[in-house]
Amino acid sequence: MAKLPPYATTGQRIWHYTFLVICGLIFFFLIAPIAVVIPLSFNSQNFFTFTKEMLSLDPDGYSLKHYRDFFSNPDWQNAMWNSIKIAPVATVISVSLGTLAAIGLSQPHVPARRAIMAILISPMIVPLIISAAGMYFFYSKINLAGTYWGVVLAHAALGIPFVIITVTATLVGFDRSLTRAAANMGADPVTTFFRVQMPLILPGVISGALFAFITSFDEVVVVIFVGSAKQQTLPWQMFTGLREQISPTILAVATILVAVSIVLLTIVELLRRRSERLRGMSPG
Amino acid sequence: MSDMTDTSGPVLAADGTPLKRSLAKALRRQKLRALMLIAPLLLFILVSFILPIGDMLYRSVENKIVVNTLPRSVEALSGWDADSGELPDEAVFAAMAADLKEAYEARAHTRVGSRLNYEYPGISSVFRKSGRSAGRFDLESGGPWKDVLIDLDDGWADQGVWRTIQTYSPPVTSGYFLNAVDMRVGPDGAEMRPEAERIYMNLLVRTLWMSLLITFSCIVLAYPVAWLLANLPTRQANLLMILVLLPFWTSLLVRTSAWKILLQQQGVINDILVWVGLVDDNARLIIINNQFGTIVAMTHILLPFMILPMYSVMQTIPPSYLRAAKSLGATEWTAFWRVYFPQTIPGIGAGSILVFILAIGYYITPALVGGTKGTFISNQIAFHISTSLNWGLASALGAILLAVVLVLYWAYDKIVGIDNVKLG
Repeated sequence: MAKLPPYATTGQRIWHYTFLVICGLIFFFLIAPIAVVIPLSFNSQNFFTFTKEMLSLDPDGYSLKHYRDFFSNPDWQNAMWNSIKIAPVATVISVSLGTLAAIGLSQPHVPARRAIMAILISPMIVPLIISAAGMYFFYSKINLAGTYWGVVLAHAALGIPFVIITVTATLVGFDRSLTRAAANMGADPVTTFFRVQMPLILPGVISGALFAFITSFDEVVVVIFVGSAKQQTLPWQMFTGLREQISPTILAVATILVAVSIVLLTIVELLRRRSERLRGMSPG
Repeated sequence: MSDMTDTSGPVLAADGTPLKRSLAKALRRQKLRALMLIAPLLLFILVSFILPIGDMLYRSVENKIVVNTLPRSVEALSGWDADSGELPDEAVFAAMAADLKEAYEARAHTRVGSRLNYEYPGISSVFRKSGRSAGRFDLESGGPWKDVLIDLDDGWADQGVWRTIQTYSPPVTSGYFLNAVDMRVGPDGAEMRPEAERIYMNLLVRTLWMSLLITFSCIVLAYPVAWLLANLPTRQANLLMILVLLPFWTSLLVRTSAWKILLQQQGVINDILVWVGLVDDNARLIIINNQFGTIVAMTHILLPFMILPMYSVMQTIPPSYLRAAKSLGATEWTAFWRVYFPQTIPGIGAGSILVFILAIGYYITPALVGGTKGTFISNQIAFHISTSLNWGLASALGAILLAVVLVLYWAYDKIVGIDNVKLG
C-alpha cells in the first residue's frame, strides 16, 4: 500500500494521504530538534531562539562568533583535546581485543559460548550509572580513578560489545575454506589472519571501531565519575554547560558534533553496503 | 575389507593412535585455541567491568566500619539486652571511651558517625562532639565513663543510639537494602519507614511508570514509520532511513541540549505557539524541568531503537498475505489487525524491551530536562555517590536497578536472542 492502486476508493485515498502526513510529522519530530540547532548556532546574539534579523535572513543576524568562542576558549579547547586523546586509544584497545575474541567466538566449538557472550555483551546492557558507580568505587581502590588510563580502560570496556556484535555478524558470512586453503598453501596462522581473513572482515571491524569510537566520544556518565577535572571531555563540558550557565557556544559545539556524526554515519553505511555486496558475491 | 573385520581393535588414525582419541584430541585443541583467542578480552572485561560491578554489589551489604572502628564496644554491647529499658553498664561505656580515643587519633570517629547517622539521624553529632574530647581521655583514671560520656553529649543517654550501634555491628548488613525500599530495622525487625520518609519506592515506581510511558509512545510513533520504510521501494526507504539513523548517531548531549533549547520558556516551541496565537505571551507553557520534558526528550532519543527492530521484522512479512486476506473478503482493518499486526509482534516486543531497558537506566537526559519531578532512580544513585557520599545506599539502589535490568535482559534473550542484536 505504499503506492495507491488505481481502483482505490475515496476513503482509501484519504486514509493513504493522512497516513503519509502522519509519517511526515514523525520524521519531522525525529529530525527537527537536530536541524534547529544548526541555524541557531550562527546566531549573532546570545539568544537560544531565532531573532528578527535571522528570520528576515539579514546577514547581520548571523555570525561565526560562537564558533570563534569555541576555538579560542581554553575550557572548550582543553575538553576537545581530551576527547581526541581518550576516544582513539579506547577504540584501539576495544577493537584489537574485541576482534580477536570475535574470531575465537565464531569457531565451531567454543565451550560455554553463551555465558562468555553474555559477559562480553554486559557493558552494553548494564545501565551506565551502575557501570559508573562500580568503576568509580573499584578504580578508586586501585588508584585508577581520576587518571587518564582509568577513563581509557572504562571507555574501552564500554565499546567492546559493539565491536563483538559487528565483527561476529561479519564472520557469519565468512567462508572458512579460505583459511584452510591458505594454510594448505603453507601460510602460518598469523599470515593467514592478516592476508586472508582480515581484509575480508575489515568492513565489520571498521564499523565496530566507529561504534566504539562514538561510544567513547559521546560518553559522559562514566567519565564524570571515573575521571577528574583533568580528563574533562567535550560531552562533560557540554553537560556542565547545560547544567550551570548555559552559553550559546554549546550550539556551535553541537553543530560540529552533528557534522562528525554525519561523517561517521556515511562511512558506516558505505561499509555496510560494501560488505553486503562482497558477501553476495562470495560462494556459499 | 576382510582385513578390517580381522583386526577386532579400534579404528586407527594415520599415526597409529585410535581414531576416537585422535579426534578428541583435535577437538580439544580447537576448543583451547578458541579459548586462547577469547581469553585476553575476557580477562580485560572481568577486571575492568565485572569486578567493579561485583565490588559495588559487595558494598551494598558491607558494614565493616562499625566493628573495625569500635571493636571493644561492639564486643561489650553483645551482652546488652536492648529491650531491658536500661542503658548499658559501665563496662560498655568504658569500652566506648577507649574506642573513641583510638578512633579520634585515627580520625575515624566522624566516618563511623556519618555511617550510623544514615540509620539513626542525629548520631553523627554525638560522635563528632565526643570525639573531639576523646583525645584527652585518660583511660586509666578518667572514669566513671558513663557520667563522663553523658556529660559530654546527652545522646549517650539515649537508648536508641546504643541500639543502633548494636544493630549495625555485624560486618554484613541488610540496612542499605532496607533503606532502598523505604524500610528500616525497628525494635521488632524490619518495618516500613513513616509515610513522610518514603522516597525510593515512589522513585522506583515513577521510573518504571515513566519508562513504560516512553516505551508506549515509542511504539505508537515507530509503528507507522517502520511500516512505511518496510513497504517503500529500497531506494526511497534508504533515503528515509537516513532520517532515522542520523538521530541515532548524533551525540546524546546534542539531542538533549536541542530539547533543552526548544522547550525553554523563551525557547523556539513557546515562541512559535505565541506567534501563532495559541498561547499568550504572559502564559508561556512550562514544558521543561518536569515529567513532560523528560518524556518528550527521551521518546525522541530512544525512537530509533524502536524503529530499527520493527523495521527488520516488517521487512520479512510478505505483502501478499495482506492482499490474500483482502481478496478473501477482509476489510482493511480486519486484514491489518488479524493478519499483519500479529506478525509484527516480535518486532514490537524486541523494540519495547530494548527501549525499556535503556530508559530505566537513563541519567543524563532526566538530569538536564527533568527538573525535580522528572528525575529517575539513576539521578538518586548519582546524588548518593557524589553529594551525600552514602555509597552503600547508592550501591543498594544500583543493585535493585541492575536486578530489574537483568530480568528484562533475560527476557530479551529468550525472545530475540543476544546474537540477533543488530546495529545500524
